[in-house]
Amino acid sequence: MKFTLKIWRQKDSRSKGKFETYQIDNIPSDASFLEMLDILNDELIRKGEEPVAFDHDCREGICGMCSLHINGRAHGPDEDVTTCQLFMRKFKDGETIWVEPWRAKGFPVIKDLIVDRSAFDKILQAGGYISVNTGNAPDANAIPIPKDDADVAMDAATCIGCGACVATCKNSSAMLFVAAKVSHLAHLPQGKIEATRRVKAMVDKMEELGFGSCTNTGSCEVECPKNISIAHIAKLNREFLKANLEA
Amino acid sequence: MVRFIAKTTVGQKFWMSITGLFLIIFLAVHLTANLMIVFDDTGRLYNEVVHFMGTNLFIRIMEPILALGFLIHIILATILTLRNQGMRPEKYHVHKLGHTSAWASRNMFILGLTILAFLTLHIINFWVKLKFGGTGTVTIDGVEMENGYKMVSALFSMPIYSIIYIIAILGLGYHISHGFWSAFQTIGWSDDKWRKILTGCAYCYAIIIAVGFSIIPIYFLVK
Repeated sequence: MKFTLKIWRQKDSRSKGKFETYQIDNIPSDASFLEMLDILNDELIRKGEEPVAFDHDCREGICGMCSLHINGRAHGPDEDVTTCQLFMRKFKDGETIWVEPWRAKGFPVIKDLIVDRSAFDKILQAGGYISVNTGNAPDANAIPIPKDDADVAMDAATCIGCGACVATCKNSSAMLFVAAKVSHLAHLPQGKIEATRRVKAMVDKMEELGFGSCTNTGSCEVECPKNISIAHIAKLNREFLKANLEA
Repeated sequence: MVRFIAKTTVGQKFWMSITGLFLIIFLAVHLTANLMIVFDDTGRLYNEVVHFMGTNLFIRIMEPILALGFLIHIILATILTLRNQGMRPEKYHVHKLGHTSAWASRNMFILGLTILAFLTLHIINFWVKLKFGGTGTVTIDGVEMENGYKMVSALFSMPIYSIIYIIAILGLGYHISHGFWSAFQTIGWSDDKWRKILTGCAYCYAIIIAVGFSIIPIYFLVK
């Protein structure tokens, strides 16, 4: 397959970036989007040019490292997948593809397509954990948890923190990410103990780090590669209200 | 509690929702009163409703609360929108949101501004006139009251006013189609099951409001 790529190039966080156009040919339709970029980088290196910097790690859709805003959509045109699981057969032969980094105040660009997502780590450090000792594996069954709660908590826990929710949101809101973490722990008895402190601390941190407010457009859940529902945002709002009423 | 209201966007959104839901209830009352106009050609029924609204103690108490509701809703919307504007300093070259979210959900502030513009016109044309005279009076069962019917029929005899009215009401309908369910989501009263029900209710209510209010200018146009 053949493509025209318009890729955002930016030397470092302080430089001004711009789009560069690359023509690429002989791309197998079964290549993933990142493999296509590997092929491009290989060509660039052979030509003595600077390869395109992009984030990736596991390449099996579970680590949350790959990002990329492709043709106007977080993780590209396919549904419920990360960029590494997006295949070139999803594009038309000869198509022009725009590749941009996540754009948000909370995610500054480091280089080319790589953004600094440590804001998410800081939000987690503010309260996305439990402080109790949960024991060893057999202890997991010591506290019975209703199946429905366990299922909802598990669904929330599938969030890989890739940042697609922020990237696609018109307000660059991190609510879906924060909600997934808050809801995950608030549904479990081990997490409930610190629920009040957690939700306040995480919301405070989220706002401090420069993420917008939630308008409930629902774009985040559509672009989320893990299909996290905005029902978790309602849960976050509920937890936040409860925490502030208790105080 | 004070910190919750003033400092976080989640708190601000909570009060946006509470005031929004309050305004939604107000619209139902408003529409019911308005529709009385089409049931009586002589205008007697409508004038009686206007007189009741203008003299009833509960309605009188609710009036400043309603104004406060509008004010809080508008101020918080402005604060939140301005803050959100700065959250993506560098914009995307391509950003497709058309199929991932509803148009109304992305344009609530614009729709709100449209409604506000109309509200200003509406207050000047209706409320101020009814409140401070200028409509002329009519006597029903020995009680002298403002002739609201005359004023309304005079306004709607101008097609341009009717068109502006209908456009504004359509904007209001769109605003509600998102605002209704979104408010429940923000106060935390929603999950995957409830969201479907609430979104359905939002569209139904939006249609009732849009069609309901539009009936009046259309009634005067065809009459």
